[in-house]
Amino acid sequence: MTNYTLQLDKLTKIFGRRLVFKDIDFTFSEGNVYGITGSNGSGKSTLSKIVIGINSPTRGKVYHKLAGKDISPNDLHNHVGFVSPYLVLYDEFSAEENLKHFAKIRGIMFDQNFTDGLFSDFKLLDRKNDLLKGYSSGMKQRMKYIFALQHNPELLILDEPTSNLDNQGKDTVYNIINREKKNKLILVTSNEDSDLALCDEVLNVENYKK
Amino acid sequence: MKELALFKKDWQSELRTRYAVNALAMFILVTISVILFSVGSENISEYLTGGLLWVVIFFSAMSGLSRAFVSEEERGTTLTLQLIAKPSTVFTGKLLFNILLVFLMNIAITILFLLLFDSFIIRDYSTFFAAFILGNFGIAISSTLIAAIISKASTKGTLYPVLSFPILLPLILTLLELTKFAIDGQSLSDSFTELAVLFCYDMIMISAGYMLFDFIWKD
Repeated sequence: MTNYTLQLDKLTKIFGRRLVFKDIDFTFSEGNVYGITGSNGSGKSTLSKIVIGINSPTRGKVYHKLAGKDISPNDLHNHVGFVSPYLVLYDEFSAEENLKHFAKIRGIMFDQNFTDGLFSDFKLLDRKNDLLKGYSSGMKQRMKYIFALQHNPELLILDEPTSNLDNQGKDTVYNIINREKKNKLILVTSNEDSDLALCDEVLNVENYKK
Repeated sequence: MKELALFKKDWQSELRTRYAVNALAMFILVTISVILFSVGSENISEYLTGGLLWVVIFFSAMSGLSRAFVSEEERGTTLTLQLIAKPSTVFTGKLLFNILLVFLMNIAITILFLLLFDSFIIRDYSTFFAAFILGNFGIAISSTLIAAIISKASTKGTLYPVLSFPILLPLILTLLELTKFAIDGQSLSDSFTELAVLFCYDMIMISAGYMLFDFIWKD
């Protein structure tokens, strides 16, 4: 256990005149799977992007703490794994080349055995040297999980985790979530009942509109 | 080094996609050909040729250097970069890539000018070389920062030269002056003030780049 906590403190986001959500106070702690739900356009993905520091909140703060110490915003990318439909990897590189580049840019060692294990988990081991532009949308989605887990982050944010996946792919993702939740904090952003069934607690963005 | 790793990723990506190199090469060939056709057998002055050199360099930079960020935005990989590196790493990596492109581009343009224009005669190479080095750094730094700003806009193509013109104008004017000095044979020590202006421009732009990039990079 690494004792990772994520705290949202009166988090508010307003786009122009449109209130997305207001005064979200919530604390997420490691070892649990949390769901973030709400209707289409309710601000689930916006909340995810604010949590990982890519978007700024209009008001309020997000605190990431590891063993009681605040993680600096500049170092946050090394503690977060993110999967989302709008995440795009480099088509001109093979799956393994992508991961080698990412490891070097992150400043971490590329662990061949660990990476091959991830390729094997997501049934991509025999296709790891193919260019990503030859991958189907489901294979690209599975590749995003390998990207998100490559640096063994403490926080895993899965935005619509099973989009583009077949039943076998969904089962793999659910198995990975159950395996990783023991030593990670996992947030699942979804409207799918099967995804939310994995969650210990669900935050509905619709409840923060007034 | 993380910045070098990002630069290496961009360079390998460029070798496979030819996003920027092809645009730059075509632009340089077309522009120099048009100038040669329009000049014909006329004798143009040495100063005018020196001016034309920087005109070609400015517009070539406008055609290719925005790709560093625009290609990431167009392919949707900006989020990936945001997830693997801190902003200063991204800025440095992209800057290194643009520095390499600017040097390749400007060396090619200068060699073509020396070969094709009889009136392009540099009498003091040390002054021209110093101006060339500092000028290339200035163009690369400014272009990288402006590319990051315009990459999120819907009218990238037109916005880039429009936004670049006022920012690059002091640099280009100083470079024109120094090229004139080099053509006249003025020594490096006599051109110290203009070279100092170029150096200060580079320092100001790189400081502004690192200070502003965090705000540009995140929504």
